[in-house]
Amino acid sequence: MSEQTPLGNGLFSWPSDSPSLLGSRCETCGEHFFPVQKGCANCSSTDLFTVELGNKGTLWTWTIQGYMPKSPYNSDETPETFTPFGVGYVEMPSGVKVEARLKENTPESLSIGMPMELVIEPLRTDKQGNQIMNFAFQAIK
Amino acid sequence: MSEVAIVGIGMHNFGRSPRLSGLDQGANAVREALRDAGLAWKDIQVAYGGSQDAGNADALCNQLGLTSLQFTNIWNGCATGGSSLSAAYNAIKSGSADVAMAVGFDKHEPGAFNADPKDWGLDEWYGEAGLMVTTQFFAMKIQRYMVEHGITDDTLIKVAQKAFYNGSLNPRAWRRQALSYDDIANSMMVSHPLRKYQFCSPAEGGAAIILCNANIAKRYTSKPVYLKAAVVRTRAYGSFEVYSPCQAKERGDAPSVKASQDAFELAGVGPKDFDVLQLQDTESGAEVMHMAENGFCEHGEQEHLIQSGATAINGSMPINTDGGCLANGEPVGASGLRQVFEVCLQLRGQAGDHQVQGKPKLGYTHVYGAPGLSGVTVLEV
Repeated sequence: MSEQTPLGNGLFSWPSDSPSLLGSRCETCGEHFFPVQKGCANCSSTDLFTVELGNKGTLWTWTIQGYMPKSPYNSDETPETFTPFGVGYVEMPSGVKVEARLKENTPESLSIGMPMELVIEPLRTDKQGNQIMNFAFQAIK
Repeated sequence: MSEVAIVGIGMHNFGRSPRLSGLDQGANAVREALRDAGLAWKDIQVAYGGSQDAGNADALCNQLGLTSLQFTNIWNGCATGGSSLSAAYNAIKSGSADVAMAVGFDKHEPGAFNADPKDWGLDEWYGEAGLMVTTQFFAMKIQRYMVEHGITDDTLIKVAQKAFYNGSLNPRAWRRQALSYDDIANSMMVSHPLRKYQFCSPAEGGAAIILCNANIAKRYTSKPVYLKAAVVRTRAYGSFEVYSPCQAKERGDAPSVKASQDAFELAGVGPKDFDVLQLQDTESGAEVMHMAENGFCEHGEQEHLIQSGATAINGSMPINTDGGCLANGEPVGASGLRQVFEVCLQLRGQAGDHQVQGKPKLGYTHVYGAPGLSGVTVLEV
């Protein structure tokens, strides 16, 4: 039986009916990080706790990946089937900006400040038939 | 503390050298620098060098000569050359050596870099998801900068146009054909808003710089170039950097801000004093942003400066006079030393068709590397 497995640990809550990005909050200085971290880049504390960063934010900056990245990029695509994807930083309610793929992939559909929501989507299917799930953002219609 | 002088410069031209390894190209650069200074390899007391993809610089000794010198390998991203030079500078300055060398070389595959996340403290998912791509970062940094500071697409095209024009004047550049505005504007969009001809290409090449205690510089050259500062600084918290899965709530200063300020203080000069600048132009947006990050203008002033021609070779603030990374490509280990090579040519008055007029006296170089560090120098005659 095939399963849906997260691409990495500490990225997002899964499985879940309303998944959230995961991250760390520093108990000493209050800064937030994505994904889960072992030490605070701001104040050097190791007093970090895993928190949910949420599933909505606003677009802080963006680009479009116009060509298929070389390895270590690992999707089911070939150069022939590759579809350009958006990439951006999305500012979450805590203020931390999370880098993510974007569903929108044209300049006309992207602008700084637009509201975005989290989606969990398959990146590839492994040899056992399990779907490897990645996080992305899409515009809130 | 000793003053430091550059008495020898050498380069193996950037581009493609199919028959030569990266190390071979580094060795060629060293030999040219030695000839320039009238020194032999056995005269070099301490050396620092590196490449990203072409091996340990210490292996150069196998073809240059095993002389027991102290040789330290440096691996610091695109700032490898700047870091090597800073280490050599400090060896002279401290008095621990009289003659030192910084050398860099590289040989990259064509196409974009494909870094391994593990080398940069990141987990595999970041690369697998297609985010471990430097071009994305540069595009996203300038995308926001354009909105915040009123930089236009037109200006970004003109930066590239200037680079290839300068390259056409430089017999040692890789890209020696000037490109028209339309050639650049109509080239493939790689990572919006930046097109193919607005990005530099990974390449091959080598560069070497010989430094000595300024007290003995006249033994080797009639035109020593004094290295007044060679500073490397890493990113501060909040700086927007490549290979970053997240960005802090509050924006912090880029590493170039700290590096430039500390270099100006060390050299006792200010940003208005310079006659020629080399600023890392990994892509055309980087040159624009680095103008302000290094203190040469306010954020947003670049639009007018570039449109008015101030950054051209004959302008008031000549930038990347040899064609920069855009026209020379980027062999990562050597790139920062190419900038120093070019400024030395300018200050010696040996730059030929791309010479800045009016006998430039003070020059500046700046490299930026992953995962967020800058190496800058102040050079004077």
